[in-house]
Amino acid sequence: MRRLVDALNLADPDGFYGELVRVYDGLDRDAAEAVSARLILLLCNHIGDLTVLREVFARARNAKE
Amino acid sequence: MTMAEQRASDLSTTVIIVGAGPVGLAVTIDLLLRGISGVMLVDEGEGPATGSRAICWSRRTLEIMSRLGVGRTLIERGVTWQIGRVYDGGDELFRFDLQPEAGYGHPAFINLSQQVLEAVLVERLAALGHRGVAWRHRVTGLTQLADRVRLTIETPSGTQVFEAGWVVAADGAGSTVRECLGLHAAGRIFDERFLIADVRAIADSGNDRRFWFHPPLHAGHSALMHRQPEGVLRIDLQLGPGADPVEERKPERIMPRLERVLGHSRFELVWASIYVFRCVRLDRFVHGRVLFAGDSAHQVSPFGARGGNSGIQDADNLAWKLALVIAGRAVPHLLESYNVERVAAADENILHSTRATDFMSPRSGMATVLRDAVLDLARTEPFARSLINSGRLSIPTVLEGSPLNGPDVAEFPRLARPGAACPDAPLQRDGRPGWLLDQLGQGFVGLYRLPSRGLPVAVAAAAERWRRRAVPLSLLMVGGALAAVVDTEGVVASRYGNEPGSLILVRPDQHVAARFRAFDSEAIEAALERARGNDVVRQEAPCAV
Repeated sequence: MRRLVDALNLADPDGFYGELVRVYDGLDRDAAEAVSARLILLLCNHIGDLTVLREVFARARNAKE
Repeated sequence: MTMAEQRASDLSTTVIIVGAGPVGLAVTIDLLLRGISGVMLVDEGEGPATGSRAICWSRRTLEIMSRLGVGRTLIERGVTWQIGRVYDGGDELFRFDLQPEAGYGHPAFINLSQQVLEAVLVERLAALGHRGVAWRHRVTGLTQLADRVRLTIETPSGTQVFEAGWVVAADGAGSTVRECLGLHAAGRIFDERFLIADVRAIADSGNDRRFWFHPPLHAGHSALMHRQPEGVLRIDLQLGPGADPVEERKPERIMPRLERVLGHSRFELVWASIYVFRCVRLDRFVHGRVLFAGDSAHQVSPFGARGGNSGIQDADNLAWKLALVIAGRAVPHLLESYNVERVAAADENILHSTRATDFMSPRSGMATVLRDAVLDLARTEPFARSLINSGRLSIPTVLEGSPLNGPDVAEFPRLARPGAACPDAPLQRDGRPGWLLDQLGQGFVGLYRLPSRGLPVAVAAAAERWRRRAVPLSLLMVGGALAAVVDTEGVVASRYGNEPGSLILVRPDQHVAARFRAFDSEAIEAALERARGNDVVRQEAPCAV
């Protein structure tokens, strides 16, 4: 069974983060929310495996609880 | 007439069916076709109901209706369709095809008002020599005795007591039988309100089902349109949870709203209603000698056409079992499989219905954002189209894990696995074109793939023996040029497998019960026993024939 990769998986962490933030440049809150939603859907479809996704959902939701 | 006289005069009543909607009518006709007499059909209404209500009848429903003798009539009178079109605002996002493959004797769907369907079934009932629906009969009391049920019924000639071996409660969402038994259908109630209207207008749009998210002239909600016969259009408009049902029902509110959606006023309002819906079901559908079927047992939202169609599947599932039990050819416990199979089916329908509703009217702010993101992405990303849920349209439930299912051959096509409704296929019988489902009929059938060298002696002997059983099993031999039934287009092979000597055991409701790679009469007989409920409860002795 595939598991969520939780070790660092990004070759250039700072470069990635900069590009992620720039996706939202100039967008108001509603537009940014819509972009986030499309981003989530594209990434979920890319991952595909519901077992992995369930782990993502749980960790995303529990991070601050 | 006194009560005692009434009771005595109805000793011949074997079953009382409560509710003369599509489900009650279908069960009654099915029982008659299976040789059961003394079937009484009562309804509290004044006469045949008016108004439109259910309109979409699925292929499986039509297949069942053909077995009951009215499939062709319904298809001729209805509007046939198989394409669904999904819009966001003014743009068409995509189309889906509900019957992409050829080789079925019935269309994916027809649209026909419930009223017309009921009238066709009532005619069929009369043609079968039944005395018809006893209207204005309202059940007010019910007592279960050891071997029968006693019903108190208010009739035009006063309160009367009737007794029967069994009661089928097909009396709809507001079931009085359910009330008499103190039962409650539990589940989720949705606060979204909908306007449903039938209007007569010049046809301009073809027969496709059309669904709009964010319809241009009905901001923020959804709209659904279906074509019906005689230029009638069914319109379903989501009004939102805040809508006032009393206000919205007024013609001065309905007409401008419909004018906006249609873009003109050249139409006549036939019928309209405001509705909310619930996804609920009874805990069990079998309560002693009372059997619940259709809306009395379970309710769903209309998106997906899973209400009426699942009710017809209930009827199909119930009638053969009840007929065998009444005839003493199966143990009463066979009816427990009706409970197991149709409760599972109801759960499947409720799940699909709930998901569709949550997609159409998202529950939280972020759910709306995600839903709209799916719609946005669908314009450019094909994967997102599969996430759009405007109602997953009714397909027959596969009765997986049913206690009646026997052995399987995993390598055979999944389409016809045990529990599945038999897929239809074109064939030739005695040189004439026909359809597989018409050949299966309404008994237990072994669909046998004839080896090229001809019929083995052992198979012929078993076939002869099985024909004479109290519950007969007939073999339908399918093969190449030499067989009576010829798989001319190879569709039987592609849907059921083509291994010579293999056998598919089919139940009287045309669902697959078991599959065998090679002919093994003992194993087949064991599966037949299981499929009529004998393997499940061996300790219970069968009733005398």
